Amino acid sequence: MCGIVGLFLKDKTLEPQLGQLLSDMLVTMTDRGPDSAGIAIYGSSGNGLSKITVQSADPEKDFAGLQTDLEKAGIKASVQLKSTHAVITGDAADLGNIREVLSSIRPGIRIMGSGESVEIYKEVGLPKDVVDRFSIRSMSGTHGIGHTRMATESAVTTLGAHPFSTGSDQCLVHNGSLSNHNNLRRELVRAGMRFETENDSEVAAAYLTAEMAAGKDLGEALSSAIDDLDGFFTFVVGTKSGFGVLRDPIACKPAVMAETDQYVAFGSEYRALVSLPGIETARVWEPEPATVYFWNRDESGAIAA
Amino acid sequence: MPTFDLATTPLRDLNQALHAIPAGNNDNHFEVVNPRGHHSVAVGVDAPISVDVRGSVGYYCAGMNSQATITVHGSAGPGVAENMMSGTVIIEGDASQYAGATGRGGLLVIKGNAASRCGISMKGIDIVVQGSIGHMSAFMAQSGNLVVLGDAGEALGDSLYEARLFVRGSVKSLGADCIEKELRQEHLDLLAGLLAKAGVTDVSPSEFKRYGSARKLYNFNIDNADAY
Repeated sequence: MCGIVGLFLKDKTLEPQLGQLLSDMLVTMTDRGPDSAGIAIYGSSGNGLSKITVQSADPEKDFAGLQTDLEKAGIKASVQLKSTHAVITGDAADLGNIREVLSSIRPGIRIMGSGESVEIYKEVGLPKDVVDRFSIRSMSGTHGIGHTRMATESAVTTLGAHPFSTGSDQCLVHNGSLSNHNNLRRELVRAGMRFETENDSEVAAAYLTAEMAAGKDLGEALSSAIDDLDGFFTFVVGTKSGFGVLRDPIACKPAVMAETDQYVAFGSEYRALVSLPGIETARVWEPEPATVYFWNRDESGAIAA
Repeated sequence: MPTFDLATTPLRDLNQALHAIPAGNNDNHFEVVNPRGHHSVAVGVDAPISVDVRGSVGYYCAGMNSQATITVHGSAGPGVAENMMSGTVIIEGDASQYAGATGRGGLLVIKGNAASRCGISMKGIDIVVQGSIGHMSAFMAQSGNLVVLGDAGEALGDSLYEARLFVRGSVKSLGADCIEKELRQEHLDLLAGLLAKAGVTDVSPSEFKRYGSARKLYNFNIDNADAY
């Protein structure tokens, strides 16, 4: 089944509440999937630094002395611990080969996502526990997506949890199941994409990453997905400045959206949206099948749909 | 008039109260406030009562309704009035997918739009949608009437049995074995009655087109034996 949520803020004054609002939305969706939960928050950026969210099954061992050991390996970065996750922040140039360095100095560490603004937190367990564990409610940001999982296509593990991030500041949550993911994964591997799991949703994320790497914007990449992905899906996708929604042509998987002057919101169900400010007067609608919905914030902060 | 506030009262209290209406009871108007997208609001009612739901509901509102008049002053999630037996369900806003699915009787009025699979496998229910409906509506619909004042999406009436479909606007495409049929006087009379029951006064029955089964698919055809 799975529950997915997304919130893209237009009103800057809501940004300090992003974590709180998105957490409430996700916790409301708990009974759509109790296996694991995850949230991606697009926080502040523009200071020229890159962030890498990493995870460890044995954080005490893996994160002990990590900052020092990175420095010894030539990577100058700060490490901020959050339970089983840590955010490594540093100059993009310094972090260029961090994946290789980590795999040699800390093979137990997995990279959840990276970019200038995104932080990704996901674990096995209920949304309320995951949200508390990573203090998501106190996080501010411009937009975010969340997922609570009822596993169908791969194991219940931290890495099998959503959101999936396969490119810088890109991430995706998925409700549904893809039927051509094995074939597509082979094609994407041949094209140079790297996969961490056997999960179908990771293939969708990597597909969009590959399409965007080839020059498409998020909206165009989602349009191609209608032709190239087979199966059931409702996707909510984030990029550094964008927020997109796509449903497959059959559109079995539920979706409700709401828009006001302050935000664009997505929920698997209307229940997820009821606590948002001004929901009583929001434009609420069900996204059409095989139709790309896509918002973007340009450099000046102006938002185009 | 009992009022149930779903922000403070468990849903089960509401539904159990609606299921325990004693015979001869004359306080038969219920109000539900703060539904906040709750699932299964006012399901399985089997008494001639009226229920006003002040807000939007989630899955399966008014499912299996029998005799009651249930009005949702908001929008409804998937499966509203699923398998309704009799009575009336009115949605003031929009309805999500498979509204009125498998309904056996009664009247479902949707004042906004209905999403995909509206009236799927309907078996006698009357559905009046004042807006438009999504794809695969009336799939395998067996009997009853689906009236749409707006447009219909792809594959209307796929594998249709004997339900009658009336669409005032455009139909994106017809499903397998669904064809346009002549709108005769008996259908105009039927439409006039359904529109009146649904409270639609500014639309003439002659503005609709009728669609029904070509009856080529649902009987076994010996010429197709190789295909089985």
